Amino acid sequence: MKQLDLNRRKLLSRALALGAITALPGCNYEDPAHPDVADWFLHKMSAFNDEMQALLFNPNTLAPTFSPGMITNPPRFNAFYDMSQAPVVDPATYALELGGQIQDKQSWTLAALRALPQEGQITRFVCVEGWRVIGQWSGVPLGYFLHRIGADVTCKYVSFKCADGYYSSIDMASALHPQTILALDFLNAPLTAPFGAPVRLRIPTKLGFKNPKSIMQLAVSNVYTGGYWEDQGYNWFSGS
Amino acid sequence: MARDGSTQARPRPIHPWPLRLMHWLNALAIVMMIGSGWQIYNAAPLFNFSIPETLTIGAWLGAGIAWHLAFLWLLLANGLAYLIWGFASGHFKQKLWPILPGQVMREFIAALRFKLPHQKGVYNAVQKLLYVGVIFAGLVVVISGLGIWKPVQLWFFTDLCGGYYIARYVHFFAMASIVAFMAVHILLVLMVPRVLPPMITGGEMPEGQS
Ligand code: HEM
Repeated sequence: MKQLDLNRRKLLSRALALGAITALPGCNYEDPAHPDVADWFLHKMSAFNDEMQALLFNPNTLAPTFSPGMITNPPRFNAFYDMSQAPVVDPATYALELGGQIQDKQSWTLAALRALPQEGQITRFVCVEGWRVIGQWSGVPLGYFLHRIGADVTCKYVSFKCADGYYSSIDMASALHPQTILALDFLNAPLTAPFGAPVRLRIPTKLGFKNPKSIMQLAVSNVYTGGYWEDQGYNWFSGS
Repeated sequence: MARDGSTQARPRPIHPWPLRLMHWLNALAIVMMIGSGWQIYNAAPLFNFSIPETLTIGAWLGAGIAWHLAFLWLLLANGLAYLIWGFASGHFKQKLWPILPGQVMREFIAALRFKLPHQKGVYNAVQKLLYVGVIFAGLVVVISGLGIWKPVQLWFFTDLCGGYYIARYVHFFAMASIVAFMAVHILLVLMVPRVLPPMITGGEMPEGQS
């Protein structure tokens, strides 16, 4: 992602130098403060694409699963910062906070989460950049968890806030998909900091950046809260 | 000829208006799709090269994807309309078929000698082959594209292309063949520039030819 930022800066300065012709194709798309006609068009189309993907989403279609031999080793780290800067959350004091349209908003310790039914999967993690890896995760199915805490599942969104300042949100239909889990384990061991300890979302029906790591807060509501990359222009639904 | 605005039989255009409309909409969609696709390619290049940033559309990956997924719908709707219209109106059967290998060879050699005859309203065999080829490449690019965009929901497209990993290569090579087509296509138009105005205004079919 660092490289991306460099390209953006380089391009922006060149666009300024070369004038309107090179600046035209969405150069302001990363600058919400100065939207132009292209931005307006792209945002409209992205909203349209959210709707089309919601229509296309079939709650019964499962993401393909793989055999243990196909797991990518070593696993690939990816974030908007360096691996060494991954937030370290103390598992002993960790508590998942709940908010929004939820009946029982008591927070959850790791031990309490581990006491719930666990579901494992070996699935493909597809990055918005085009590469993909195969990994093994297990944890609490999000649909089970939402029902357990008395969440209003007629709400539109489930949103997440993370220890590193990252945030994202997903549609309720995808949240209830059987393969969507609050992962606690990665490759048969508790998650490590770079891979989202202590709790991350694993949702194989969406692109990688829709799998927030080190989740501190979970909320259910009808208010759209966007996301870290989504607010910069990546498509919100980003289904697979 | 009825030039006085009466409803007497008007001369038939070389290119009927639906064809012209769809052709230019497609040209727009293709340019936008390829330019933004190159931006996306640069985020995780399949080969040992990147596309020069000046040739890409969208200043960064997010903008590239946004353009790509925006114009996808124009390409898809327009392409479907063209296929339906082409079969239903008899256009494909009349203008793009049959393609005879012997004729292709003869006319290809003639083209290399800059002696390719061009009859108004009739595509020569080389043209026919190129057009049918690019229609096929268009199908492949759309199917593989949908396969990498939606490997879960549209898994049958992904599988058809040999899985997610291979589908990316299929998508790339389909794009590359469309680019190659465009280079030849535009070169041919530059060599015989009088074929261009009828693709814009429609032109008039010579008497006695259908
Ligand atoms: C922007 C540059 C382009 C120009 C100047 C151009 C020009 C033309 C012209 C003049 C014709 C008619 C040829 C004749 O009557 O002999 C034609 C036909 C055609 N062009 Fe293009 N074209 C362009 C871009 C494209 C692109 C990007 C594609 C597809 C990838 C394309 C696909 C076709 C096809 C399939 C036909 C045959 C249509 C039919 O009769 O069904 N063209 N083009």
